Amino acid sequence: MVNKQGQTRLSKYYEHVDINKRTLLETEVIKSCLSRSNEQCSFIEYKDFKLIYRQYAALFIVVGVNDTENEMAIYEFIHNFVEVLDEYFSRVVSLMIMFNLDKVHIILDEMVLNGCIVETNRARILAPLLILDKMSES
Amino acid sequence: MPGQRVFLHSRTLPVRMVAPSLKLQDLIEEIRGAKTQAQEREVIQKECAHIRASFRDGDPVHRHRQLAKLLYVHMLGYPAHFGQMECLKLIASSRFTDKRVGYLGAMLLLDERHDAHLLITNSIKNDLSQGIQPVQGLALCTLSTMGSAEMCRDLAPEVEKLLLQPSPYVRKKAILTAVHMIRKVPELSSVFLPPCVHLLHERHHGKAVGLPILCFSSVDRRIENRMGTPAHRRRVAHTHRHTRNRLSCPWPPPFTSPTLTPGILLGTITLITELCERSPAALKHFRKVVPQLVQILRTLVTTGYSTEHSISGVSDPFLQVQILRLLRILGRNHEESSETMNDLLAQVATNTDTSRNAGNAVLFETVLTIMDIHSAAGLRVLAVNILGRFLLNSDRNIRYVALTSLLRLVQSDHSAVQRHRPTVVDCLQETDASLSRRALELSLALVNSSNVRAMMQELQAFLESCPPDLRADCASGILLAAERFAPTKRWHIDTILHVLTTAGTHVRDDAVANLTQLIGGAQELHAYSVRRLYNALAEDISQQPLVQVAAWCIGEYGDLLLEGNCEEIEPLQVDEEEVLALLEKVLQSHMSLPATRGYALTALMKLSTRLQGDNNRIRQVVSIYRSCLDVELQQRAVEYDTLFRKYDHMRAAILEKMPLVERDGPQADEEAKQSKEAAQLSEAAPAPTESQASQLLDLLDLLDRASGDAQHPPPLDPSPGGALVYLLDLPCAPPPPAPIPDLKVFEREGVQLNLSFIRPPENPALLLITITATNSSEGDVTNFICQAAVPKSLQLQLQAPSGNTVPARGGLPITQLFRILNPNKAPLRLKLRLTYNHFHQSVQEIFEVNNLPVESWQ
Repeated sequence: MVNKQGQTRLSKYYEHVDINKRTLLETEVIKSCLSRSNEQCSFIEYKDFKLIYRQYAALFIVVGVNDTENEMAIYEFIHNFVEVLDEYFSRVVSLMIMFNLDKVHIILDEMVLNGCIVETNRARILAPLLILDKMSES
Repeated sequence: MPGQRVFLHSRTLPVRMVAPSLKLQDLIEEIRGAKTQAQEREVIQKECAHIRASFRDGDPVHRHRQLAKLLYVHMLGYPAHFGQMECLKLIASSRFTDKRVGYLGAMLLLDERHDAHLLITNSIKNDLSQGIQPVQGLALCTLSTMGSAEMCRDLAPEVEKLLLQPSPYVRKKAILTAVHMIRKVPELSSVFLPPCVHLLHERHHGKAVGLPILCFSSVDRRIENRMGTPAHRRRVAHTHRHTRNRLSCPWPPPFTSPTLTPGILLGTITLITELCERSPAALKHFRKVVPQLVQILRTLVTTGYSTEHSISGVSDPFLQVQILRLLRILGRNHEESSETMNDLLAQVATNTDTSRNAGNAVLFETVLTIMDIHSAAGLRVLAVNILGRFLLNSDRNIRYVALTSLLRLVQSDHSAVQRHRPTVVDCLQETDASLSRRALELSLALVNSSNVRAMMQELQAFLESCPPDLRADCASGILLAAERFAPTKRWHIDTILHVLTTAGTHVRDDAVANLTQLIGGAQELHAYSVRRLYNALAEDISQQPLVQVAAWCIGEYGDLLLEGNCEEIEPLQVDEEEVLALLEKVLQSHMSLPATRGYALTALMKLSTRLQGDNNRIRQVVSIYRSCLDVELQQRAVEYDTLFRKYDHMRAAILEKMPLVERDGPQADEEAKQSKEAAQLSEAAPAPTESQASQLLDLLDLLDRASGDAQHPPPLDPSPGGALVYLLDLPCAPPPPAPIPDLKVFEREGVQLNLSFIRPPENPALLLITITATNSSEGDVTNFICQAAVPKSLQLQLQAPSGNTVPARGGLPITQLFRILNPNKAPLRLKLRLTYNHFHQSVQEIFEVNNLPVESWQ
């Protein structure tokens, strides 16, 4: 997830990428996404994989997949993810994501395991997190 | 948002010297407060120093907080390797919050390259076996992300146990961890294969696991938890009681399982997909479950299933997509499974609601599946129509995927895709670069002999307006298509001309050669082409390929230009002086490449014989260039000057019109390249025995080549070199009778294939093989295609066959000529691949030809 200024808000890699290469990769990816206008479609081809991105206000969510994935399903998945975040944070804004990065990681881990989609049902994803919250409060 | 901003500023902390550790929130705030990169770095470095100190001191209470901060910093791109050992300690701790951060850190910081990762194997093992579900979940998650091969091997039995556990929460994670393990250690597939089938069966028979009581425990306390609201209470499966504190808090049951748990199903399908992709044995094994998968998918599609997993009206699209993908893998190349799927695919295709993206995603996957398996023809047409509908959709994403898929389909279902041609052509106008590129590729693929004129018009219009990066592709595509499908030569010349004028700088290098050869071949159009080229040249001398062709033409056919009458375009009065002036302009222009200048100079020379007037002007120009700085031009000028002075009597003979260059045919691009290589081999061989005039030209040209440019401009004078190149094609006359015996290489059900060998005496390295396919059976042979392969040291060219149908009962056989160049006299080996349809079956045979006669290659 990146904001319009190009700052990474969250990044998760399911394939190993060297740390110094990561920043480079992220900058390039961001650049290609930011340079797209509204008229253009959300799928970009980058090196040997595909990028699927969606823009929500000032935040871009970009998912990189290899050739065999169904782009439209991933597109839908991004939206699903945002809906989950929305429900958890009750109207999420990018600042909230920043401050609760660990929670967002947990949510993402519940939904995607090593690059495969595990769970897409909102209630089930958020349940462990809610339990955790309850516990830390009590 | 503005309100929040104010809130932040009022809470900016002053820079601390020594302080208790910051919470993560505060750190983030501080970093945000930093105005410049340098400031940010400062803040972070200070914080890292604190963190390092705290790690050294080994403070267990705040360790997780420190690590969380470290991870945040890591995400911003700063080094964080000193946190690795802390991850281990945190994982080993007994508090859940610690473990959580520890595992997260492990996922982010550790990986296979560091040795530290093996140390967590033990911790993971402990956690996995303790039966505390969230912890197990964490451990599985981490394992699946960064587990190396050794770890996977060690922990495989644990994971396998977890696969069969009652709780779906852990199970689904275990399944996906298994996927990762298989990727890392393919031998483990055998371990995970049996559980798959079991899992799938279990779901299908709806064996409800009931209500597993979740034992969720904070690691300090064990909490017993009775599931759900009364509405969800069903049979109680287990009850774990623990003596310690009990807390029963009802909340929506995340861990129950209704009759079908799609979470597990999704995981299982992914696992099966992975297994099938890895090993063909697994593939065969899982073909048996195709009916079950079909059933599951059918239920999903028809019963308008539970709202739990439905997204915008489509029930669990992700699961549907996964199942479809698995069906695709299972059905590929397998008739039986494909048939079982046919109905289902049709059903899915028609029933899915396409108003929202989720539905379209499922539909897209369906189309992909239909394309890949052996589906019925009607189904394929349906798929193409769906794609056509996508093209009309207003959503660009959908158009994009539609274009991509159509591109894949166009080879196999050409006629079906043709129907959507107008829509595709409309897509050329897209503003999005990737869309228009796809549309361009597809349009080029759709050009065939019937629609070529219309398509060319569209494409040429596109060429004028398209963005520069697409121009080269578009130009070469148009030229290629024109070559293959040109209805008349004149149209062809016109098209090429048009392309050269609009996008001249972007065409490929051999376009010039192609065009000159084409014009040379079209006797009746000489006057027409030279006139048009002259006009084009007069307007604009900046497009190099155009200039080169024009110069060549004017040189060759200058007399026709001056004649003044040509029926096809308006008569043009051209003066000799004008022509000469134009060529001189080209010579002198700074825009002309050296190659172009060469063309122009040679053209001038040729005009000296064509024109009736005085040659003084030409002689002057030529002698000026004798001292040109460009070596190439200088050489030419010197030679031409010598021609004028000393060999004037030969001038006319040398500069007469060039002989027609032979070419193999429109699809000869690869062959032409191959024959060019062959020609280079035989260029060392003595020059052909042609008339003396052309011999001189050859010598001149060889000299030119010797002094030629280092880069690869188009061949400077295509004809003499070209004549060398295409010498090998000259045997249009039947070759002399062959002393080598024929060979029968293939026989099946009355279809027979014979080879006959010919070694033309002029060229010892060349072997011509004619294959003859005959049919003595009762059924026709259709779609006959023969392909051949030879060892690398030999070169093979296949000519077009005489046809691709052999009628039954000894009908007209198909013949095809192979040329094999064997300059090193390497042993000849030949492998043939035949595909044809016979008795309503498609036959494919691949075999190596044995018993090749020795005379064929010695």
